[in-house]
Amino acid sequence: MKAFFNYISEIFRGFYSLLQGMGVTGKYLFTPWKYITQNYPENRDTLKMFDRFRGEVIMPHNENNEHKCTGCGICEINCPNGTIEVITKTIVTEDGKKKRVLDKHIYHLGMCTLCNLCVRACPSDAIVMGQKFEHAVFDRKNLTKVLNKPGSKLEANVKE
Amino acid sequence: MAFSIYDFTEFTKSIHEGLSSSLSPTMTTVVEWVIIGVLYILFVALFGLFLVYAERKVCAAIQQRVGPNRVGPWGFFQTIADFVKLLMKEIINPKGVDGFLYNVAPYIVIITVFIILSLIPFAPGLQAFDFDIGVFFVTAVSSIGVIGILLAGWSSNNKYSLIGGMRSGAQIISYELSIGLSIITMVIMSGTMQISGIINAQANGWFIFKGHIPAIIAFIVFIIASTAETNRGPFDLPEGESELTGGFHTEYSGIKFAFFFLAEYMNLFIVSAMATIIFLGGWMPLHFGEFNSFNAAMDVIPPIIWFFLKVCAIMLLIMWFKWTFPRLRVDQILTLEWKYLLPINLFNILLMTAVVLLGWHW
Ligand code: SF4
Ligand code: SF4
Repeated sequence: MKAFFNYISEIFRGFYSLLQGMGVTGKYLFTPWKYITQNYPENRDTLKMFDRFRGEVIMPHNENNEHKCTGCGICEINCPNGTIEVITKTIVTEDGKKKRVLDKHIYHLGMCTLCNLCVRACPSDAIVMGQKFEHAVFDRKNLTKVLNKPGSKLEANVKE
Repeated sequence: MAFSIYDFTEFTKSIHEGLSSSLSPTMTTVVEWVIIGVLYILFVALFGLFLVYAERKVCAAIQQRVGPNRVGPWGFFQTIADFVKLLMKEIINPKGVDGFLYNVAPYIVIITVFIILSLIPFAPGLQAFDFDIGVFFVTAVSSIGVIGILLAGWSSNNKYSLIGGMRSGAQIISYELSIGLSIITMVIMSGTMQISGIINAQANGWFIFKGHIPAIIAFIVFIIASTAETNRGPFDLPEGESELTGGFHTEYSGIKFAFFFLAEYMNLFIVSAMATIIFLGGWMPLHFGEFNSFNAAMDVIPPIIWFFLKVCAIMLLIMWFKWTFPRLRVDQILTLEWKYLLPINLFNILLMTAVVLLGWHW
């Protein structure tokens, strides 16, 4: 007898859970004007990626064309794919001291897995993840980028 | 020519008389065959394409996407473009296939669809073929389709196809039982197996209302079993994209694949139409016993529109199933049939018999 009641209650519980599932999808089904996908490329101008999106590694510059990269090379060491090459040069400051500064921060987008390790490793927060995702180019040479802009300098307040 | 959207009997009769007045009886029959054949082929092609489109839109809505929206307004011509692409594709005969069976399988599947379609009344007078064992004939013929699927799986010389075909066989043979029994339940209620008779018996109320509890149980069982019978999700084991790369139609391409594809969607239409005919009164407008003004208001909508509204509602329900429920394992499919649907169904037949004998229905 108990088995029989179990059998019956199993049927009703089964139906109940199926109906619950149909309730969830039914909500979506009968509101087809609500969708979470994007009408790309029609909305290309207004498209805003979500905050945590990782499109590429970029180095922000302020209005005086200054960045925060000290050229320490920690990001290069931390990158699992050898994507970053930090090239430094030695300059002589006004007070006659020799100083090592960043020459070129080379970033090979084609090899980057967007793992974020370099960004987290950077002691001076000089690099961040950018939101651009339209990376298609006609030649893979174009995927190799120099992140610091030409003629840019180190921001004064960055501690070395 | 008498034409009325409410009743096509006069219209078809006048066509028949017009033809026989100018042609010999044999020629009349031949011409009528051709006309009906062309109409059905057009219907299958156009409605099948519409169904594919509808399914993609429903799926998109459930998954909170937009769905096809590039070709034509709201992507309406997307499936036509797909179909043209399929027509132009090369038909490949893989090495080691059993040539004859491999080529004949898609035709068996699609011919079954046409045979059953000929029994479906779209409106009064719009039925190609009506005879006194209609629903029985439908269940009998619909199991021919599985032979096509089995042959496709068997002859493809591909283990995935073979497994898909075998699964489909096991599944369809089991669920045929439930379909048959739930139809029998309703035949007990209507007292006839003729499709037009079943519909006319629902003139003062659809069977699902007249037969209350046993009819509703039979309806639920019928919907579950017919979802399984059409090989649609959550019972899509024979195709099982994730494990069988497409199942029995893996090796097919071009127009033959299109046949399987169209047949699948037309089967969806057929089972929905059967559910409509048996439980929801076919083309009968919504009538409730003696509420004459309400009945008259419902009569304003033409029967053909009623028919397609009901069919579309049931198809929407079955699509909704497909995109909601997870797929069953093969043993779960058989458990569902043999341990649940079949006993429920047998009990339900007894219940229906009791209800009919005691006159507890309306
Ligand atoms: S995101 Fe990862 S792979 Fe890309 S440059 Fe940074 S550490 Fe290297
Ligand atoms: S980006 Fe950061 S970690 Fe990399 S060299 Fe510059 S300061 Fe060092």
